[in-house]
Amino acid sequence: MEAYTEKIREAAQRLLKENKVDLVMGFQRGTIPMMSQPVLIRKANEGERLHWDSHCGSNLANYLPKRKERIAVVAKGCDSRNIVVQILENQIRREQLYIIGVPCLGMIDRRQVLGALQGREPLSVSETNAHLVIQGKGFEEKLERSLFLQDNCAICIHRNPVLFDELVAEPVPEQTEVDRYEDVKGIEKMTADERWQYFRELLGPCIRCYACRNACPMCYCPTCFVDESTPQWLGKSIDPTDTTTFHFLRAYHLAGRCTDCGNCQRVCPVGINMRQLNKKLEKEIKERYGYETGRSIEQRPPLDTYRPDDAQQFFK
Amino acid sequence: MQNPYLPYPVRIDTITVETEDRNLKTFKFVFLNPEDEKRFTYKAGQFAELSVTGKGEIPIGIASSPTEKGYLLFTVNKVGVVTTALHQMSPGDIMGVRGPLGNWYPWEILEGRNVVIVGGGFAFTTLRSSIVYMLHPDNRKRFGDITVIYGARTPGMLLYKEELMAWERRDDIKMHITVDATKDPSWKYHVGFVPTVTKDTAPSSENAYALVCGPPIMIKFTLPVLTGLGFPPERIITSLEMRMKCGIGMCGRCNIGTEYVCKDGPVFTLAQLSQLPAEY
Amino acid sequence: MYVNPADGIPRMAKRAFKKAALIDVLNRLKERYRLYAPVRQNDMTNYQELASGDQADFSASNTRLSPKSFMHPQSLCMFAFGTDKGSDQAGILREVEKDLPRSVVFGIRPCDSKAFQLVDVNFNTPEYQDPWWIRRRQSTTLVGMACNSPCSTCFCTSVGSGPFSPDGLDVLLTDLGDDVVAEVMTAWGSEVLDHADIRGRATDAMTEKATALQQEAERSLGSLLPTESLREKNLNALFNAPFWDDVQFACINCGVCTFVCPTCWCFDVQDEVRNQQGVRVRNWDACMYPLFTHHGSGHNPRHQKLQRVRQRFMHKLKYFVDKYDRGVACVGCGRCVQQCPVNIDIRQLFRLMNDFKG
Repeated sequence: MEAYTEKIREAAQRLLKENKVDLVMGFQRGTIPMMSQPVLIRKANEGERLHWDSHCGSNLANYLPKRKERIAVVAKGCDSRNIVVQILENQIRREQLYIIGVPCLGMIDRRQVLGALQGREPLSVSETNAHLVIQGKGFEEKLERSLFLQDNCAICIHRNPVLFDELVAEPVPEQTEVDRYEDVKGIEKMTADERWQYFRELLGPCIRCYACRNACPMCYCPTCFVDESTPQWLGKSIDPTDTTTFHFLRAYHLAGRCTDCGNCQRVCPVGINMRQLNKKLEKEIKERYGYETGRSIEQRPPLDTYRPDDAQQFFK
Repeated sequence: MQNPYLPYPVRIDTITVETEDRNLKTFKFVFLNPEDEKRFTYKAGQFAELSVTGKGEIPIGIASSPTEKGYLLFTVNKVGVVTTALHQMSPGDIMGVRGPLGNWYPWEILEGRNVVIVGGGFAFTTLRSSIVYMLHPDNRKRFGDITVIYGARTPGMLLYKEELMAWERRDDIKMHITVDATKDPSWKYHVGFVPTVTKDTAPSSENAYALVCGPPIMIKFTLPVLTGLGFPPERIITSLEMRMKCGIGMCGRCNIGTEYVCKDGPVFTLAQLSQLPAEY
Repeated sequence: MYVNPADGIPRMAKRAFKKAALIDVLNRLKERYRLYAPVRQNDMTNYQELASGDQADFSASNTRLSPKSFMHPQSLCMFAFGTDKGSDQAGILREVEKDLPRSVVFGIRPCDSKAFQLVDVNFNTPEYQDPWWIRRRQSTTLVGMACNSPCSTCFCTSVGSGPFSPDGLDVLLTDLGDDVVAEVMTAWGSEVLDHADIRGRATDAMTEKATALQQEAERSLGSLLPTESLREKNLNALFNAPFWDDVQFACINCGVCTFVCPTCWCFDVQDEVRNQQGVRVRNWDACMYPLFTHHGSGHNPRHQKLQRVRQRFMHKLKYFVDKYDRGVACVGCGRCVQQCPVNIDIRQLFRLMNDFKG
């Protein structure tokens, strides 16, 4: 990880010094263990602020839409695929970007680690290739890194950036023996009533803070459908029907555009795994159209493009 | 404990279309309960929240003067959900009025002073309230010279046209009515932007206060003119707009710095505003 | 009996009960009051109405969500109305009856109790009184639990509270291990303890141990965040300070900080209609959201993220300070520090704003 940090700093300093970009978006160390803070630097001597570790789970593509500057952005595999879709959707131009690609071995799920510590507070966390070493008041724990990855990282099959201008390390081997849809298939087997109950419970704790929407790099609408008033599509209280509507509709708006970066689940203050909705639609898109989001800048997302041989009758 | 969120029920008595684009209508409301009217004692400059059940509430300046008894007047611009619903209502319909809210033009301080009123567009509503109040026989001698500069984009966009003409004919108030542009050959008043007309007519700042109400662009260009005429910041008074919901300083959304526009305002002097962030 | 010079309220003799009897205490309270306590839900703890005393879990340093929903529910139906124009009730709003029996929030932390006192200044003013907040305040007893081990993101002592602060509490409990000391702060607290059959007196040894725990807890919070210069800073100078640009970048305007914060109270009012019936409901809102200050005309004074991020911290650490002279609108609970997904740390803002030279 130190090697990554060095490379990112070197790239940032070089790009700013040579005036190849106006600003660099990366991460700086967080103020509490297992967190880092997205940072924007404009001067080469700020390069020292940049840092990389297994707690850089935020998707920096979230900060790109509609910016006008020349931007160097640090991107993991998932982030780079979001950037591809943002370029296709005219939210940012390829020429503006210098993508510092980071082959990623997965980000740590901070809440899972806190859960494992059972109320003991971590005061410092360091990592080796295979372990997290956690120190607190009167204890030290060594946890196996691979058991504490974010849910989406555990089943990631696109860890290497697909679009980049330079890589900070050699590409990492992609995971091949993962079933991305194991939990989705479990839900598919339920009866309609069971499924209704399942989603009621899943979304029950939602407090409609919209952090999931705000953290999503693909949710960039100037006025989100939940904020429209003429017409008003759904109520703003925590009524369960309105809450379910919000999550279902948002998932549909992301069909074919979501890269499972996991940001939504990561930011949710009450830990809702709304990614299950997105993965169901990801599975559908893959089965119907053979498409995986953002793999290539040559391929448009299936729901924003029309082919004469598309199955739907009403198109004709 | 009186519930400050509960509006007084009122009936729509008349609806007058004010402007040629039909986007501004003046509503005359009559209280259903006479005791509510007694509770609704207000001063010129205040506003109320107009409540349309099923749609919501909107903060609108009170256009009637406290001297006009038995009804309230509000001039409403159609911009969104609530105002559209209100525009579609008819005389006889019931809705709600919550208030009076906010502070008012500083009438105690204005006693014995000359008053210069500068208004633009449909921000003129509380200025109408102020003019009717001052011109009332009980009140007129409490104030010095009254000068009014009021403009709209075209003659058809002026509010309260008949009253404007009536005031124009009076000799105890000096009216300067203007429009930005017009092709109407019968237009006999000024043509020009409000800030320009203010500069040209140059009302004296001696012993005078200026009440300024208008769209942000008008205010922006009028304030330097007034300053140039010698009005110090403490004697330039304006009424601000903000997005509001509760109207009573609790929902937290209408603040400029430390001040809630709905409760500590909407009337502020320029001197007060200069102490606050320019975030409005 | 002695008088605490800070609040002038005589602090009554301390009672005590065995920790092992805690579940019985809760069950007895449950018979008389609507009882809420922290309950573990997977990896987080939140307040729930107890079905039985053994559900309570006081092991977490604090709950994920603050207890502000007790006084300020996230969604509250204010009024009901019919939309049938032909009816004689057309256009008339009726206040919705609320069922507010006497409630006890058991195990609330001192920071969250102080937060209610700070938010009181918003909802209970000389000119207007919010009936829903006030009725809930009046019907809810707060039995606080002192914090023996504050966590590293707590900073209550920097903002006028403390791990053992009695501000706003009816009872302050201290967990000594085998015993629990119960200090009565109000007549209501006394009544609740009577109903829980807690009548034993705390011994001197217990009182000494509680004091020692308090000192240790306060010491563990380390050095204070700087707040002494916030009042005197020029408001516009702080507003126009250059550091906002750097602070605001990471923010995603997600609203989590606002929703978990015990001193955030902003709300929205909406009418919702279904068929011929409707309600006027108020919901939590956040100055973080772009449409918070959006005018009907389309004008938005805070259309940029920087303006919104600045508003949050200027309000909490400056506007509230100037307006009410009660210190900052923050009780140091640390929830925003723990929950902000991009690690925007309000403690840094204390330093940036207090130490700003401009």
